[in-house]
Parts: sequence; C-alpha cells; structure tokens
Amino acid sequence: MEWQFFLEVLVGGLLAGVMYSLVALGFVLIYKASGVFNFAQGAMVLFAALSFVSIQAMGVPFWLALLLTLALMVLLGVGIERVVLRPLVNQPPITLFMATIGLSFFLEGLAQMVWGTDVHGLELGIADEPFDVGGVFISKFDLFAAAVGGTLVAALALFFSKTKLGRALRAVADDHQAAMSVGIPLKHIWAIVWGVAGFVALVAGLLWGSRLGVQFALTLVVLKALPVLILGGFTSVPGAIIGGLIIGAGEKLAEVYLGPFVGGGIENWFPYMLALLFLLVRPEGLFGEKHIERV
Amino acid sequence: MNKTAVAVSLALLTVAGVAQAADQFIPIPSYRVGAYASGGAKFYGGMIDYLNYVNMKEGGVGGVKLTYEECETEYKNDRGVECYERLKAKNGGASAFNFMSTGITYATMDRAEKDKIPLMTMGFGRADAQDGRAFKYVFPLITSYWSQATAKVQFLGQRVGGMQNLKGKKIVNLYHGSAYGKETIPVLDAMAKKYGFELQHVEVPAPGTEQQSQWLEIRRARPDFVLLRSWGVMTPAALKSAQKVGFPRENIVANWWGGSEEDAIAAGDAAKGYIAGSFALDGRQFPVIQNIEKTVYGAGKGNLSDKGFIGTVNYNRGVVSGILMVEAIRAAQKKYGAKTLNGDQIRWGMENLNIDAKRQQELGVTDMFPQVKTSCQNHEGSGYTRFMQWDGKDWKPVSGWIKADTGVTLPLIKASVDKYSQEKSMKLRDCAAEK
Repeated sequence: MEWQFFLEVLVGGLLAGVMYSLVALGFVLIYKASGVFNFAQGAMVLFAALSFVSIQAMGVPFWLALLLTLALMVLLGVGIERVVLRPLVNQPPITLFMATIGLSFFLEGLAQMVWGTDVHGLELGIADEPFDVGGVFISKFDLFAAAVGGTLVAALALFFSKTKLGRALRAVADDHQAAMSVGIPLKHIWAIVWGVAGFVALVAGLLWGSRLGVQFALTLVVLKALPVLILGGFTSVPGAIIGGLIIGAGEKLAEVYLGPFVGGGIENWFPYMLALLFLLVRPEGLFGEKHIERV
Repeated sequence: MNKTAVAVSLALLTVAGVAQAADQFIPIPSYRVGAYASGGAKFYGGMIDYLNYVNMKEGGVGGVKLTYEECETEYKNDRGVECYERLKAKNGGASAFNFMSTGITYATMDRAEKDKIPLMTMGFGRADAQDGRAFKYVFPLITSYWSQATAKVQFLGQRVGGMQNLKGKKIVNLYHGSAYGKETIPVLDAMAKKYGFELQHVEVPAPGTEQQSQWLEIRRARPDFVLLRSWGVMTPAALKSAQKVGFPRENIVANWWGGSEEDAIAAGDAAKGYIAGSFALDGRQFPVIQNIEKTVYGAGKGNLSDKGFIGTVNYNRGVVSGILMVEAIRAAQKKYGAKTLNGDQIRWGMENLNIDAKRQQELGVTDMFPQVKTSCQNHEGSGYTRFMQWDGKDWKPVSGWIKADTGVTLPLIKASVDKYSQEKSMKLRDCAAEK
C-alpha cells in the first residue's frame, strides 16, 4: 500500500530527526551560554562514546562506566573552560570559534591516543528491530532514542527557563560583560555549560555509537546536525528538536519521492537546501532569537 | 605508551625505520591515525611483520636486507602524495608503493609512471589497470573491483543453484555515493543483461551514516539479494538499517572493503549472517602467520601493540601484501641479480610473479590467497574472490575461490583501455615484443 509506505518513510524520518536533534542540542547549549559555535561537538561525541566503551571493556559494569564517563566529560568541560576559553573572555566570537576548531582536532587525537583506534560495538540492550503497526514498521531503538531526546529537551528547556542558573546562562549568552557586571560568575557558568554539553555528547555518542559502532566516523554525525541548527535556531532547545523532526522527515521524503527524478543520493544536500529556504523567511531560524539593534 | 600513542604523537612526522642505501627499500605509506586507523594499523602491521620475518629468517632477499620507512597518510590524498614524494627517492629509491587507498593511487599514478615506480593496488584502485599494456606501473593484484563484482554475482548464482536460476531474480546494488561506489555499475549492468536478473541501483550519499530511506526503498522493492558496495561507516550503518527493516543479513553480499572484523563488530548482532568477499583469508592456521608469531613476536619485534590482532582480516591482508612485494623482489633478482634494485626492475618482478601451488606451500600460505601469475598484459594475475560469512564472532568461508567472469570484464577493460590510451595519446605496449 502506497500510503503505508509514505507513512513509514515519514515516521522513520521523524525518528531519524530526533537522532540529529541529540547532536544539535550540544551545539545549542554552548551557543546559548557563550555565543560560540562549538566546532568540537563531534569530537566530544566521539570522545564520550570511546571513553565509555573503553572503560566498559576493562570489566566495569554498565552504570558505573556511565558514571565514570560522565565524570570524565564534566572534567573535560571544566578543563576546556580553564585552558581554552578563560584566556579568551571578551574576545570576538570568531576567536572563540577558531579555538574550538583547534579543540576539535586535539580531542580527536587525544581520544585515539588514550583509548586506541579500534572499532567497538556497543549494545544498549534495545534491539534495533522493527515492530509492525498496521503494516508500518517502526524501530524499537528509534522510539527509545526519541524518548531519550524528548526527555532531554524537556529537562533542558525547564533548566533554562525555570532555574536561576539557567537564567544566568541566558544572560551570559546575551552579553559577557553585562552579565559579569551584575555579578554572574562567567567562568563557573562556562564550566557548567561545557560539562552539561559533555553529558549531552555522551547521550548522543551512546545512541549513535550503538547504531554505527564506536569509531572515528562518529565525528561525522555533526554533518546531520548543522541543518537542524540552521533551521531550528542556534539558541533554542525546542528548536533543535522541531528542526530535527522537519529535517529528518524532509530528507527522507525527498530522497524517496524526489530522488528518483534526479538520480538519487540527494539526502546529504537536501536538508541544507531546506534550511537555507527557511533562512530566506526567518533568518534567525524557526525559534532563534531576533536581534534588534538600535542604530 | 603503546604503539598507537606513539603513532598519534608522531602523526605529522615520518617514522623512520632502519634504512640504509645498500639495502632494498620499501616505503610504507601507512594510516595509523584518523578515520581509518583501525584497519590501517593492522594492515601495515602485518606487512611490516612479514618484511621483518624475511629479514630475521633469511637475512633479507638474496642476501639483500629489506628496509622500510613509514609515512603517515591518514588516508588523505594530499598527505599520500606528500609521502610518495618524500619516500620515492629515499634510501636508494622506493621498490613499490601500496597505499591501500584508491584515492591516493589515482593521485600518484602519473607520478609513478614518470618515476618508474610500481603501485601495488591489491584488490582496489583502477580496475582497468589490470591491462599492463596501458598501465605499466599499476598492479591491481589478485582481484580488481570489476573481477570482485562478477564474483559476487556468481556467488549468488551458487546460492540459487546455478547461474540460470538468477533469471527473474531481483538484486539491489546499494552503493557508496562516490567514484569508488559507482565503479562497478557498468559491470553489474552487464551481468544483469547476461544472466537475466533485474538490477536496481540505490545510492547512499557518502559517508553513509544514515540509510533509512534507502532501506525502506529496498523493503518496498523486495529484492532477493542486496549487493553492498560499502566503505567505512557505511557498512555497519547498512547492516543496522537492514535489521531495522527486517531484511535478512544472509542475503547481503559485500565486497572486501566491507569484510573485516571492524565492519562486523561495529554492527553488533545486526552483522550475524552477513557475507563479504575476500582475497586473503583470516586466521592463524596458516604456517606463515604462525612463523611470524614465533619468530618476530618471539623476539619481541612484532609491530602490533596487541598480539591478539594477529590473524585478523586486515593483518593477514597486510602479510599478503608483504609476500607479494617480497616475491616481486625475488623475481626481479633472478633477472637482474641479487643486489639493490630500482623501481623499474621491481616492476619487472611484479610483472613476472608466479606464486603457484608449490610456491604457496613453500611460503606457508596454501589457500590463504589464490595462486598468482602475472604477465605484461595481466597485472591482476588471478581474478579470484572467496566469500566469508560473519557468524557473530568470526568470518567463516562459505564458498571456494570464484574466478571473475572474464567474458564480462575483458570487453569492458578493453573499451576502457582504448578510451584511456586515446585520451592520453599513448601507444599501448607490445607485450609480445617485450618477451
């Protein structure tokens, strides 16, 4: 049945989009708190997943390995703040962006140096098998990932809007100097947000690692997150999830229904085109903050 | 600090071996860091172990000690070219290069021709280069991409009880969206025409981390088999996606780039039953592997940081690469004498390889790879592929060595070589006159 197939492509795309959102969330967190596009997010995903499987390979039980990796990622976040970002406070955003490019290569090398270059399998105990809903196959793993993504987004949205720390993070993102002048401890804020981004990287790394294996190619999943960010806005946590859903569904439907007319293989560039079209209408993205400046 | 750590810290430097001008120099353009380091470290580890084994066991080849020097390419074309330039004239001159990269091979082909240094492209690279009349310095030894593609279809023929039973079957070619991925499309089209099966090509945009839509299309098409032409992360992503749409992994057949432990382990349980081609079998059962472990690792000179990887697919491929390199040097020494030889002389040796059953037994490699006999015109020397199935822990052979369908490949090679020679305004070698 054609409508069943359409539904299957749509649902599959939406669920794939949630996986993209998980990676996009890490970018949003850092950008919200520091106005920095963190080029190293992909490397952080790799570092987190590789650390987890390597610690587990030493015979450490799952939950303990998870806690140890989380601690490691928080330490890494604090370390990044100390060594890379603190000396660059009040520097132009492009300087901070360039620093994250350097950080990306450093983390990729560090991950391989510390944990080795071998590919690891990762089983989270949720089979990536389909179940049949009226002739439409839906992956159990995708549903699990969607639940994790949804929970994460809800928790982060609440954190940013309802907690004192969350509001402080937003203030820092608006203006470093103004935030510091009203007593917000910028250094601590950055360390916390990089730590939280490390946690998000760990979640994304585990889910993507379970799907692709834990290997260097995990750094490439950021390519899927970029159009999500463009579309959803760099500063919106719900935007990351809505953007992911639109991009995921859009690229799958395009590949299946438009692909055959142009030779196929359009899934890589179509999301970017879709995001650029959105930009024509809403330059700040669907949920990004509008910047109004007095001239 | 383990060897990986050393390799990473020296990523931007050339790792010097023990090279002296009077020895036979073999450049090692390895990739031990970056996206493909996992396979590269084992492949080049196996190759280096074999060179050291020959030195330790025989004192080199014909009394000429083998020396090597590593250069890290990171599997990147620009770095590969840099390594080529850095090593080509070192230590008396390079014997031959094996980049284990189609991209770097293409990037260095013209240079190698000019410098008269052979490129060993065992199992990969330009398929039509098996015609030595046009590609004097390129050697796609054992099996080219086109040979493998025809072997894959023949393997499916065996699975359905004969090639005649392929008529009416439906096969999907799921390929990497790159020049590498597209290379076998004409061969498979010719096979489909010859045997009457329905063939559908489905492209996966590189790198292939997400394949939901392609596999939904496959589920809708309901093919009998999927031929996978994958590379890197595309392989586990394909297997996981196949699992997700309920496509049996037993009906997926990949080429050798998708047939290592790294590919299968990354996919976890989804890889169980999956089949891939191979030109060099894995395992420690071969005397040559056992001898390397005893002699080289026994002396504490093994290249792998973890001995557990001895006998893995990529390690054994590396050993085979070392064997072919050394056998080419031996063949060349018979003509030019036991002394340091230049690239062109090694090219002659590579063009006159004869690793028959007797020689395989002497080398301790019986059934590890097919017999190889090259000539001026035939730079492949074999054309055989064998198929392995992942049982969840190991690769197990599920076929004998299957010879390429030369009725399909040779006309395509001829057409491609004719076009190439016209574009280059070159005259093909007269192999009869060179005898």
